[in-house]
Amino acid sequence: MKPASWSLILAIILLTACASVNLNAPISTIDTGVDSEAWVVIPAGGFLSGQFDDPAAISYDYEIMVTDVTVAQYVNFLNTAVADGSLTVNGNKIVGFYPGDAFHGVKHEVEIPAADYIFVSLNDPASRFSFDGNQFNIMIGYENHPMTNVSWFGAWGYCGYNIYRLPTELEWEKAARGSADNRPFPWGEEIARNNANYYASRDPFEDMSTVGSRTTPVGFYNGQVYGGYQTLNSASPYGLYDMSGNVWQWMGNIYEGQHYRYMRGGSKDTYDMDLRIWVRNNATPTYYSPDVGFRCARGGG
Amino acid sequence: MHFIKDRFEYLFKSTKGLILVAIAMIGLETALFGMLSGPMAEFGIRDIVVRLFKMDLVQAEREGRIIILYHSIAMAVVAIETYIITAMLKMKAFYRSTVRVLITVGYLSAMIFGMGFAYWGHLWPFHGLYIAGLSLIYFAGLLLAIALWPWNKEYYQPDKAYARTKNGVDMERVAFFIMSVTTLISVLFGAVPGSSFGNGFQTFLAENIIRSPEKTTLQFSVIGHLHIMLALIAIAITLIIGRWLDFKGLLHKIAMPLMILGTIVLNLGVWGVVTPLEPVAHMIIYIGATPSMLAALMLVIFGWDKFIRQGIANIDKPTPWQKIKVLVRDPLKFGPLWQMVFMNFTVSGIGIMMAVKLDEIFRLWPAREERIELTGHWHILSAIIATIILLYYGDMIGLKDRVRRWYGWAIIILSDLAFASVTIFEIKRLFISEAEQQPLVNTVMLLADFGLGMLLVILAMVMIWRLIDLFKKKGRWKQEIEQNDLTVEVDI
Repeated sequence: MKPASWSLILAIILLTACASVNLNAPISTIDTGVDSEAWVVIPAGGFLSGQFDDPAAISYDYEIMVTDVTVAQYVNFLNTAVADGSLTVNGNKIVGFYPGDAFHGVKHEVEIPAADYIFVSLNDPASRFSFDGNQFNIMIGYENHPMTNVSWFGAWGYCGYNIYRLPTELEWEKAARGSADNRPFPWGEEIARNNANYYASRDPFEDMSTVGSRTTPVGFYNGQVYGGYQTLNSASPYGLYDMSGNVWQWMGNIYEGQHYRYMRGGSKDTYDMDLRIWVRNNATPTYYSPDVGFRCARGGG
Repeated sequence: MHFIKDRFEYLFKSTKGLILVAIAMIGLETALFGMLSGPMAEFGIRDIVVRLFKMDLVQAEREGRIIILYHSIAMAVVAIETYIITAMLKMKAFYRSTVRVLITVGYLSAMIFGMGFAYWGHLWPFHGLYIAGLSLIYFAGLLLAIALWPWNKEYYQPDKAYARTKNGVDMERVAFFIMSVTTLISVLFGAVPGSSFGNGFQTFLAENIIRSPEKTTLQFSVIGHLHIMLALIAIAITLIIGRWLDFKGLLHKIAMPLMILGTIVLNLGVWGVVTPLEPVAHMIIYIGATPSMLAALMLVIFGWDKFIRQGIANIDKPTPWQKIKVLVRDPLKFGPLWQMVFMNFTVSGIGIMMAVKLDEIFRLWPAREERIELTGHWHILSAIIATIILLYYGDMIGLKDRVRRWYGWAIIILSDLAFASVTIFEIKRLFISEAEQQPLVNTVMLLADFGLGMLLVILAMVMIWRLIDLFKKKGRWKQEIEQNDLTVEVDI
């Protein structure tokens, strides 16, 4: 084959990289039967924390949401909070007040003073809601999908508005792992493609040739069959869903000398290794992404 | 019996045989364990491989497995460089043979038993043999440093065309010596935390703690270790390529002191991470890297200038186009230097961009994105070093004419295609959003997998060819067995 032919093939392949993605492609609405309003109590007591099974203990009972906060729940919050003036529209974003963090001037640390910060963007095409200038609306089919494209401030604000809070990393880890063993995944020792939504896990919402991986409805991996797709029941020992995969979950911890906020659980866009319970991710609190969401905790702490 | 004895002598006593074994071992390991991650895992190949080979992969031990994998491949690469150094540089026969025996037993033991321990359950005697293998390699390194002692008058450089002191001390040999000694010291920065495992130190991959503002001394030590070891392997291959191309003249005289200075300062900076100098260690590292890279640049200038001069010797008034044509005429000679230049786009360039724009760009992204840059960056550097070795190996075994051109250009084009694709993947967030990235990701991954996959196919073809050759009574191996001078080419 002549060099010109090779160059032509290469050029065609490179052109495929420029293909556009229809972010609003319709999806099927699926009812998983899992209640996104449900909470479970995590009892006080010890458990094995982290990759190396360090003994840890939480001295209080607390509650945590069974699922991630859904698009429907967050849109409801936006409508209410904007209406009562808790949140404001500021150009292309919804902002809310955050009282700021103590600043220690550590290398790479960025000061977070008291100010209004972004909760959600209004012009990100990957968001699963729309705003007509008056009202926030849910994109059809995404009602029970996890809320994404929400900053840490937006997650913190949602929980605070409802008199909840974001879970700490330790609380989240205990809720995901339980207190009986050192399992790497909420459901057990190994991971199969139908245990969770992760990169190339071949769930019905995924199309790797175009949009890539998309979120699955909360509680999707509960052992049910959806249109011929058999899921495995992947609830944690305390009955929580989506503690591994689907979306990263913002944590409530604020560490001295760091402005980064931490996330747990892995996501639809990460390989299975990131779904292991002890794996951490972090980003600036203004960061938002189609693979980051959250759930809330209450009580205790 | 004679059949086996003769082949054994070739594979384990001759320079080219030893290099062939090490390349084959790396190829086998890369092909097998490369199927456990990335796209191979996506396609479901990993699951098949795990079942087929009855691997025992505990989730919590992934990081430990990977560390042993990296070490076992790196040890084979170090062995190849050592074989070449012991063949190229003058030294006593005792040292040459002892170093080779120790490092061969060492890397094979580290590779076979280390991987056995890591991927097939924890048979602790295997772990012991893995450590014993690493220790043998270290001992081989000690002997190599002794063998390289440049202030022995036997090794003085009589030719003024090469870098040397007024007394005649061979500066290139000093550079090799300094590289060896600093390697021996830098090894300890990994060995000490390793020996503290379970007693204040736990396994981790450096890219996973990059944003942690408070790292322990042992963590700093490991981070320093992994960076400097790869840098030293790169320095060693640069010196080797220089010797191969008979680097000399004014540029050699400037480059060698720069390489010595760069190696020392670079190491001091890295060692500084476990001292109170830690806050300025990065600055010292930059200062050390600069002269080393300048020395490599001088080698590239020298080499390319030499190829052009040789190529246009019979042309009266060569045009620029003719000069370019003669420059790229022999891919096995042009390739190693080109790969060093290409490294600047895919490794150094990205590294510098990250350092300059860290807080403004890269630290605005989530840590997992930063991890992609970091791991991509050093995987490419490692692979570039591997391609340079393969190109040199092609010349070493005397590939000629069309085979030489196809082998050389295939390595250069396929690897650079893969490296460029991975680089685009690393920095994709600069120009595309997460939601819209999939077509781009698919394309660059396809190109990267195609490039690396085909590279492995070529390597497999060479290895099969060499395997078949071993069954011939008067194959290439028969000639190579006597060739310790690596510039001698087989003529069949």
